[in-house]
Formats: sequence, C-alpha cells, structure tokens
Amino acid sequence: MPFRRQFLWQKLTGAGFALPAFLLLLALHVVPLLVLAALSFTDYELGVVTFEWVGLDNYAQAFSDEVFRRSLVNTLYYVAIVLPGSVILALLVAVLVHQRKRTRSFYEIVYFLPVTSTLIAMATVWQFLLHPSLGVINAALRKLGFSEVPFLSDPDLALPTLAVIGIWQLVGFNMILFLAGLSSIPRDLYEASAIDGVGNGIDRFLTITWPLLGPTTLFVIVTTSITAFKLFDTVAVMTKGGPQGSTEVILYAIYLEGFYYFRTAYASVLTLVFLTFVVIFSVIQTFVLDRRTHY
Amino acid sequence: MAQLDLRGISKSFGDTAVLRDIDLSIGDGEFLTLVGPSGCGKSTLIRIIAGLEPQTAGSIEVDGVGIDHLRPHERRVAMVFQSYALYPHMTVFQNLALPLTMARLTMAERLPLVRLLSPRRRRVMAGIGQEVGAVAEQLQIDRLLDRRPAQLSGGQRQRVALGRAMVRHPAVFLMDEPLSNLDAKLRVHMRSELADLHARLRATFVYVTHDQVEAMTMSDRVAMMHGGRIIQLGTPAQLYDHPANLTVAQFIGSPTINLIKGRIGTDGAVEIPGGRIDLATGLPAGAEVTVGLRPEAVVPAPLAPAFQDPVRLPARLHRRENLGPEQILHFDLVGAEKAGLTCRVMGNESVVADEPVDLLFEAGACHVFNAAGERVALPATPASGRPPVRSVAPLIGGTGA
Repeated sequence: MPFRRQFLWQKLTGAGFALPAFLLLLALHVVPLLVLAALSFTDYELGVVTFEWVGLDNYAQAFSDEVFRRSLVNTLYYVAIVLPGSVILALLVAVLVHQRKRTRSFYEIVYFLPVTSTLIAMATVWQFLLHPSLGVINAALRKLGFSEVPFLSDPDLALPTLAVIGIWQLVGFNMILFLAGLSSIPRDLYEASAIDGVGNGIDRFLTITWPLLGPTTLFVIVTTSITAFKLFDTVAVMTKGGPQGSTEVILYAIYLEGFYYFRTAYASVLTLVFLTFVVIFSVIQTFVLDRRTHY
Repeated sequence: MAQLDLRGISKSFGDTAVLRDIDLSIGDGEFLTLVGPSGCGKSTLIRIIAGLEPQTAGSIEVDGVGIDHLRPHERRVAMVFQSYALYPHMTVFQNLALPLTMARLTMAERLPLVRLLSPRRRRVMAGIGQEVGAVAEQLQIDRLLDRRPAQLSGGQRQRVALGRAMVRHPAVFLMDEPLSNLDAKLRVHMRSELADLHARLRATFVYVTHDQVEAMTMSDRVAMMHGGRIIQLGTPAQLYDHPANLTVAQFIGSPTINLIKGRIGTDGAVEIPGGRIDLATGLPAGAEVTVGLRPEAVVPAPLAPAFQDPVRLPARLHRRENLGPEQILHFDLVGAEKAGLTCRVMGNESVVADEPVDLLFEAGACHVFNAAGERVALPATPASGRPPVRSVAPLIGGTGA
C-alpha cells in the first residue's frame, strides 16, 4: 500500500522534527519532576552517597510540622493581600492613565519602573527606607508627630509590609496588561453606550469597561496569584522568616530545608505541595473562568 | 418625529477644516442621505448631530430647540454604527434593553445585588421586557433574544443594532454606513427593509453612505458632500437628471456618466471630437466645456432609436458586458484619440464587433458643464433624453461608485 507507506513516512518526519524539543522537555521538566517525586519517598540528603526508601514518612512529617503549616498560612495570607491590592490598584491606575493623552507614556514609565528593577536590590533599599531610626519613612512619621513604626520587627506588621512592597512591584506590570486590555475595547462601544444613556464614568465602567476586561482580569489574577505565591526575595533579604516566624513562607522554607539544612528529600515534599498550588491556580483559569469570560 | 435644522455647522481638527458652514434642514419624517466619497465630512457631520463630536461653530436644532448643550442620550437621537457596536458581553435582549434600563432605573437599581432591594425594579423590567419583545418581533429577531452577538450572522447583528435604536422611539435615526459590512445580496435586501422601516416608523432618518446606489434607492432627498461642503441637495431624480456640477454627475449613476471635452464653436454650437451638438449654451465662442451623457442616453444606430434629429458619432465596439436584462457597451470613438463612450442598452441585441457603427444621442440629453465644472443652464428641451431604462438603473448598478 503506497498510500500507507507515505502516511507512515510523513508521521516519522513529523516526529523527527519534534524530537529535539521533546528531549529537551523531558530532560528539563519531566525527568526532574519524576526525580523530585521519587526523592520525596527517601531520606536523601544533599551530598550523601546513599539513601533509603522511607515511604510516606516525609509527608507525615510535613503535615504535622508547625513551621510548614505556618509558612503555608503566611503565604496564603500574603497572596490574600497582594492579589486584590495589586489587581484593583493596577486597574484603577490603568483606567486613569488610559485617559491621558500627552502624559500617558510618562505615567506608564513611572509605574513600570519597579518591574524593571531587581527585587533583591530593591528589597535592600526598602530595608533602609523602613529602618526604625535611619529610615526616611519613620523620619517622616516622626516629623508628622507619630511614633515610629517597627515595620519589619513587629510580627503583626512584617508580612503586611512585605505585601505592600509586593504590590508596589506588581502594580506596574498589571497596569500594562490592563492598558492592553483597555486598548482592545472598540471606541464604538463607548460611543454607542453614550447614545444609549450610559452617561457617567461609573456607569461606563460597570457597563462596558469592566465586563470587557474580563479575559484580561482573569489572566492578571492568575499570574498575580502565582507570582505572589512565589514570594521569596524580600523575605530572604529583609526578614529571613522572622520576626517570630511571622514571615516564614513556602519558598523560603523549601530553600532552608534544601540548601541550608541539606534535607533534600524533605524539601522535595514541600516543593510538590508548592507545585500543587500553582497547578490549582492554572486549572482554575483553564476550566472554570475561561469559559465565562470569552465572548 | 422631528424637524432637524443644522445652521452654519463647521468643524476643524487643528488647521484642517473638515466641515465648512453646513446649512441643512431635514423635515419631519424625511429620509435624508448624506453621500460622498470618503473624507468628505459626512461621518463627522452625523457624529456632530449625535453629540459624539463637538462642532467648531454653528448650531443644531430639533423642532426649533437648540440641542448643542445636550449630551448624546439627551438629544432624542439614536445611531446605528457601521460596526453595529453591539455589546459583546450582553445577550440580544440585554443589548436591546440597555437604552431603556439606563433611562428608567436608578443607578442603585442597576447595580448587581443592590438591585434586588428594589421592589420597583421588577415592574419596570417587566415593562421593558414587553417593549423589547415587541421591537424584536417587528425585526424578526425575537427568537435570538438569548444569544450573544458573536453567535449571530451579519444580517442578524444589523437587525439587533436597528432594534437597539428603535426601542427608545427616538426623534431622529442616525445611520452611519449601516449596510457596508453586509454582503452584496443581503445589502440589497436590507435596503428595502430599511425603506419599509422608515415608511412604518415615519421618523426622521439621516443616513450616511458612500454608496450612491443606497442614496438613490432609499432617500427622499440626497445631500451630496464634497470637501466638507454640501455641493448639491435634492431628490435622487434631481441629482441624477440635473447634476449641479461635474463631481455630482460623476459620483451619481452607474455606469459612470460619459464625459466628452469640447469647446463652443463660432456659431454657438458645442464642438466635440467627431461631431457637433446644437445647443444654446450662452457661453462665448472658444469657451471650454465638458459634455456629460448618461450611458442610457447613447444608443447604437442598429437599435434604431426613435430620436428626432440625433447627433451621430462613428464608433467601434471595444468591450461588451452582459448583465442579463441589459448590456453595457464600451465604444471607442472613431477619429478621436482615446475617447470612448459607454452605453447601456436593454435586452441582448448584438452590436457587431469590429464594425464601425454610429452612436446616436439627442442634444437635449446632454449635460453641459463649464470650465469650472459648474452646470450650464440650457433652454428647456423635451424630456426625450430619458429612455425608460433610467428608472431601474440604480438597482442594477450593484455597489456603484
């Protein structure tokens, strides 16, 4: 059958072209993930030559570990502040900047600058700014007659402070995404709605802008959740999990277990939990909200 | 129902004048079409009437009352956009209902959740539902009310856009090239539907198009615009039969009017390549003129038209377009370099190619334009220059200019 042979040949050629990418994917993503999963059932430690299978011991330990539970709760707390904060603020800024004509690029640059900076470096700067006695912020507070605020050393304030820095860093990026979404709304719709009686800004926002930004908002929410969930830089530089464990977060816990205490196997378990959350965020986008926001 | 008056409307964008001193009165219930090539200012004018764009000078009145200070939705106008501008996230019902909900519900009653607190809202919405249903039924879109615009065909979207304009019972309907996104067949169909709709609603329509066929077929009056001015205002027949200048003559009618360069001879007749036309133009000898001849006014001699004392021009058939009920024949004039005449004849009688034939037309069918392109008034002549083909001409012409 010459037809079948040709068909087979075509399939082989196609597979041949896909092979390099497939191998890379395998080597860089799939195999490490499988190794990670396998390690989570061992007592392997970095640098040790031998290891033993320990079954679900690591998992049992993780779920009864007070530190891990605290980092999980702290991480979710951080996401709960950063997500609404950065999305709503970015939307507000985008709507305002979108209406500017001549000054638009100025505002875009100003809000986008934090995104271009290295967060590790910026964290150091923030640490100085927030310093109780040397920092500009507390100096300003003192000038205004307030007592100084120990932003990073008060267990109740440390995580919210990091969240504000997280918002500061994310607003510019989210604003750019919202601006792109705003530009894709046809001007006709605003004109038609003006004739249909959508008279003031709030009505315009609720009737046209907000619904049509649905797909953009969803994308922003998912990327922001994942970014916020990956909180690490500011913790590592500014608080190192303290004070009193109030800024212990998942990624920092993984870092400590894996590269500080060299408990690679235990770190693998935490990593798997971390990945589960990221997958959940993505699944929400793909299956739940995607269908409701596309027209 | 309303009379719409535009007085001295001008519009400039920076140094560019888009509209220059437009005066226009549109009668109650009239279907007026603004037609012209792109960039002539017709869309800007309709947007100024709608209140989407402020005019630089001049004023607009509805029934004698100025509306310049009013916002778009306070002007009792509705607009159908070229893109339809349907709200993609709303169902057809919500699209149609929006103008009414905005007008009849308070802001609190429109807010999600909060609106549940209003007992009045239910009653109002029931009334709106009935009105939307009635309009949808008129437009035969009542079975589509639950769909989103993306699930509709072009023709259905067009109807929804019309419906959204109709629910408010506006005094003036503004339409900005509403048919140009439809395919040719649907466009012809929607033309007659729009004309029917106008007859039924008896509302004032201002219709913008670049398509002379739409202008000719639907309007009570046509305002032809060019360079930000109205260069002729009149009924379709007036524009076709008495174009005020060369621009109108060339824009209106399909196929395009034949234009022949000529000059006034010593005896006062118009001399054209290959012949002369006895016309009293009143212009001095030697003056340059352009003679315009509608394609149906020119008939090949073999078809033996019943013309009295026609002008004869020898010509040779160059190309034939058979449209079924009629033919468009393109002739090269013999003895005149690169000059041609197009004629439109009914039926499919053959004119033998490659054999010189005489083209006949009557002097009375000629339009004469002076060197500036303005129409030259001629003494009244019998209307024999208008064969019966004329009345169906714009319908067969397709999309036209």
